[in-house]
Amino acid sequence: MDAKTSRSLLYLDGVSVSFDGFKALNALSFVVEPGELRAIIGPNGAGKTTMMDIITGKTRPDSGQVFFNGDIDLTKKDEADIAQLGIGRKFQKPTVFESHTVWDNIELALNRKRGVFSTLFYRLTPADKARIEEILETVRMTARKDDLAANLSHGQKQWLEIGMLLAQEPKLLLVDEPVAGMTDAETAETAILLKEIAKTRSVVVVEHDMGFIRDLGVKVTCLAEGSVLAEGSIDFVSNDPKVIENYLGR
Amino acid sequence: MITQMLFRRHEKKTLWAAFLILTAALIVPLASLLVPEGNAFHVPGYLVPLLGKYLCYALLALALDLVWGYCGILSLGHGAFFALGGYAMGMYLMRQIGDRGVYANPLLPDFMVFLNWSELPWYWHGFDHFAFAALMVLLVPGLLAFVFGWFAFRSRVTGVYLSIITQAMTYALLLAFFRNEMGFGGNNGLTDFKEILGFNVQAGGTRAALFAATAIALALALMLSSAIVRSKYGKVLVGVRDAESRTRFLGYRVENMKLFIFTVSAMMAGVAGALYVPQVGIINPGEFAPANSIEVVIWTAVGGRGTLIGPIIGAILVNFGKSIFTAAFPEFWLFALGALFVATTLFLPKGVVGTVQQFLARRNEQRQADAVEQAYRDMTAAKAESQLATLEPQAAE
Repeated sequence: MDAKTSRSLLYLDGVSVSFDGFKALNALSFVVEPGELRAIIGPNGAGKTTMMDIITGKTRPDSGQVFFNGDIDLTKKDEADIAQLGIGRKFQKPTVFESHTVWDNIELALNRKRGVFSTLFYRLTPADKARIEEILETVRMTARKDDLAANLSHGQKQWLEIGMLLAQEPKLLLVDEPVAGMTDAETAETAILLKEIAKTRSVVVVEHDMGFIRDLGVKVTCLAEGSVLAEGSIDFVSNDPKVIENYLGR
Repeated sequence: MITQMLFRRHEKKTLWAAFLILTAALIVPLASLLVPEGNAFHVPGYLVPLLGKYLCYALLALALDLVWGYCGILSLGHGAFFALGGYAMGMYLMRQIGDRGVYANPLLPDFMVFLNWSELPWYWHGFDHFAFAALMVLLVPGLLAFVFGWFAFRSRVTGVYLSIITQAMTYALLLAFFRNEMGFGGNNGLTDFKEILGFNVQAGGTRAALFAATAIALALALMLSSAIVRSKYGKVLVGVRDAESRTRFLGYRVENMKLFIFTVSAMMAGVAGALYVPQVGIINPGEFAPANSIEVVIWTAVGGRGTLIGPIIGAILVNFGKSIFTAAFPEFWLFALGALFVATTLFLPKGVVGTVQQFLARRNEQRQADAVEQAYRDMTAAKAESQLATLEPQAAE
């Protein structure tokens, strides 16, 4: 293990995976430093979601290395292990527990013991209560804490899901298209929220919305056909001829 | 810790339901034993085990609701756990016959003498003791569910595929228990019981006691289920039902969550079966029939899944209907049952209890909305009046 893996929070090297002959990822290498906010762009089928699946243990790579926090090999862990290690994931479609209240959604996400018996005998402590209230405040959902998640608007569900990820207290947050279907005002608010969150942890955002990426003002990685096409500031990446041809130009 | 959990604040309706069931545990035996025949309040002797049977079915439906209604596992094999519990109790009852069988063999049950067996198979040992049999009533269905669930949930078999393999499980057991070599009485099963804990199973007093025991078991199971589903664990279960991958990415081991509730539910079904057998006086492989397990699903759906009380009501209602219907038009019962399931799916997707709950919630909401609207109307009216008052002098000019 070289110095680079042990310093970085997330380290992918030469990761390949194929589904029925289709190469979803092709020798993808990619590093996220602690405390970094990174945006990932790329055309449909570039492998953005597959990359998240690999990091969170949903899919196993055919070859390549994936290390978290220096020396934890993620390819040998499953989803629950990886979540407990501190990697949170937000899906493209907002996925919250619709038949639970907003409060219960956050309570379930709270980073506490997750075994059968510890949940069976769990009692809400004042500390946990305060933490839930704090998170509700951060994602601006305090007023709706007793409402069923099913009754929230699309944008509110996205925010609730981000709140659940905060409750999970991850070291790394993977966010898949957080502003899809949001109004302009909601999009701008979300950019502020994500920047706020990135102060205390690393965040990787996959997004199509170039305006939103510009709002974030961070290092951008452009993926195409399963590998990294370009990496750098938004202006650098969007002026790259390969990026224009593969993604922006179309 | 466990008792603390059991007595944690329950919903009012759960407490009422448990109270009602316990009242039945007291009233039905009293009305059967103490109220003289001919009195309008007398419960005839034949009715007591019939009502007891309904409550056993209610317990089975409650067990199914835990896995289906709260965790989304549609088990089409819960009848198997029920039957296994029943067989464990049946084996105890067989041992109590002693030398009073047709062949008067003090060592072997009649069917073994008939098959020319010379000694008791090893797995029949211990069933002379009630405590051992009672333990097996819980352990055998629990262990089967644990092993089955261990493999099924770990391999992430879900949805209709899981339903199909549970159905296959009960069918396999049906075929196995039909075989004489299995040593469980083959086709005829276990019957001709004489005594339970030294009391004649046919006697009115014993039947009344069995009914009371069933009702108490049902009330306890309801309290336990309610404590489970209202805990954080119960909320995780509902999470698994609604968004399994979200639960997983939050760090919960979905397979363990499912395994625990599946095992608890199977044990509950086993208890239901064990209480059923002495009341109906027979257990045979027919109890493993896939159709039986499907019927349990119908009771649960009719009553309202995911409500705990619903399946209890559903099981009692449908079986009461079945008793009447099969007496009047025996050949049409299956059509009626099928029609009932279709009608429930189409018109009452939440079942009887779910629909009532929905109606009450909507009425409540409507009332609140009305109150808000009324307040708003009062406010605007007052405002308009005050505006009018300020305008009037101008109008006069």
